[in-house]
Amino acid sequence: MSKLTIKEVEHIAFLARLALTDDEKWLFQNQLSAILEYVEILQQLDTNDIPPTTSALPLGNVMRPDTIIEPLTIMDALANAPDSAEDSFRVKPVFD
Amino acid sequence: MTKYKVIIGMEVHIELQTKGKLFTNVSADFFGKLPNRNVHPLCLGMPGTLPVINQEAVAYAIMTGSVLNCTVHPYSVFARKHYFYPDLPKGYQISQYEKPICTTGDIIIEVNGQAKQIGITRLHLEEDTGKLTHVEDGSLVDLNRAGVPLMEIVSEPDMRTAEEAYIYVNQIRQIVRYLGVSTGDMEKGAMRCEVNLSLKPIGSKVLGTKVEIKNLNSFRTVRNSIDYEIKRQTKVLDEGGKIEQVTMGWDEDNKKTVVRRRKEDAHDYRYFPEPDLPPLNLDPAWIEKIISTMPELPTSKVKRYVEEWGLSKEQANILTENSERAEYFERLVVTAKDNVPTKSIADWVQGELFRYLNETNVTIDDIKFTPDDFIRVIKLVKDGTINRLAGKEVLAEIWQTGDKPDQIIKAKGLKQISDSGALETIVDKVIADNPKPVAQFKGGKEATMKFLVGQVMRHSRGKANPKMAEKMLRKKLT
Repeated sequence: MSKLTIKEVEHIAFLARLALTDDEKWLFQNQLSAILEYVEILQQLDTNDIPPTTSALPLGNVMRPDTIIEPLTIMDALANAPDSAEDSFRVKPVFD
Repeated sequence: MTKYKVIIGMEVHIELQTKGKLFTNVSADFFGKLPNRNVHPLCLGMPGTLPVINQEAVAYAIMTGSVLNCTVHPYSVFARKHYFYPDLPKGYQISQYEKPICTTGDIIIEVNGQAKQIGITRLHLEEDTGKLTHVEDGSLVDLNRAGVPLMEIVSEPDMRTAEEAYIYVNQIRQIVRYLGVSTGDMEKGAMRCEVNLSLKPIGSKVLGTKVEIKNLNSFRTVRNSIDYEIKRQTKVLDEGGKIEQVTMGWDEDNKKTVVRRRKEDAHDYRYFPEPDLPPLNLDPAWIEKIISTMPELPTSKVKRYVEEWGLSKEQANILTENSERAEYFERLVVTAKDNVPTKSIADWVQGELFRYLNETNVTIDDIKFTPDDFIRVIKLVKDGTINRLAGKEVLAEIWQTGDKPDQIIKAKGLKQISDSGALETIVDKVIADNPKPVAQFKGGKEATMKFLVGQVMRHSRGKANPKMAEKMLRKKLT
């Protein structure tokens, strides 16, 4: 696989809401490309006889019964909020 | 208007009425609560919290999927759908993507008496989001709803008119209500619809550009927005224009669809399997058990009412409109044993009980009288102890007071006069008092009989047996 382009780095940065300087874009272009190259090595393994999985743990079917526990108090719920008003978390204005 | 074929598919989001949320045990009953009273560290996206799936939500999805003739997959996977918006503080919504719990089903809807099959593409589970209130200097986030179980049902693009979409949504709602998996209450947001709509010139092989209409929260807006979009797109195409691929919303004030998002702003969700939740690998026996213990659905009830009890399909449809009413009707039938014909019970339930419920907004659960009392009244009318009118009066009385029918009949003196001596006195008086109508009847004017019977009923203060009265009148006048 060829190296990630600067444009791709910019897109990934946008998706993660990161503002990168030109130097950082160059830095991450190299670091991210190195990660992809490493995965490319893994892809050389023959996995034909191994069923695909979405989990690294030998677990399946972990469910809980439909019961109720006490919620957090409103004090605790908002304790770590940088800003709050009217019992709600207050964030910068957003419109979808 | 016939130049284009209308293609409509729907996505319906349904809030499940489990006790707890989808991935944590905090209560899912958020409606009307003060902000953030229903939250747990997991709903707040706190580091270190881990989701565990609510078994009841899985069962509800299996039930619904099975009714929709879907394949229920024992193996299914949850996925993260990433986007930044404060309604979900984790930065992603846990949903299902490549391996949903149910796929490829169908539902039969009835449009103008014609059955039509609508394909179901998939049904999956996901978590609901929080609620944002926009204020002048920011947005207020309430996470009570964050994590409430949602079931999304995606249809094939098989609908052609607003009416079909309306009936489809209605039927889905009836199913989830019968199954008891959701209130289906659109006004409270427990059911939210999204329409995908495109127009294709008839004869053309090329599909039209698809427009999405999101967040439709009533049956009326589903219908109105589709009608509006069909007209709008027809006009654009007629004028040689192009349909832009957009996401729209419905503006209730101006009764029109409005663009919310253009294609270039489309999200890049970066779905990937949720590493914190192992895949579901359900025991087929467990799935089977859930399906076999489901309540009976309206389609099956209607069939039974028609085939076993000889009711008309129209009446069966009315009686099974919701599960509470159908259950009550069936309780009456059981209570009656074979003492009263089922058809009579159906008529009284449809005519009197439903009218009373609709007029008073009383629900089946709140009614005061017992099935025995109801059946007793129908029986008394049937065997002629009281007449129909008196029967209605007795019902009105027990519905208000809860008193026993025989007690009311005695107290109000409603017992029908079937004693010929007492009736004869009244009939003779009516004949004597009404020489003109009597002469008219004798002259062959049949319609006058109705008037004379009416007079007998009036003089007996409604207690006469109308059939006996008519018989006696005819005998005396011919």
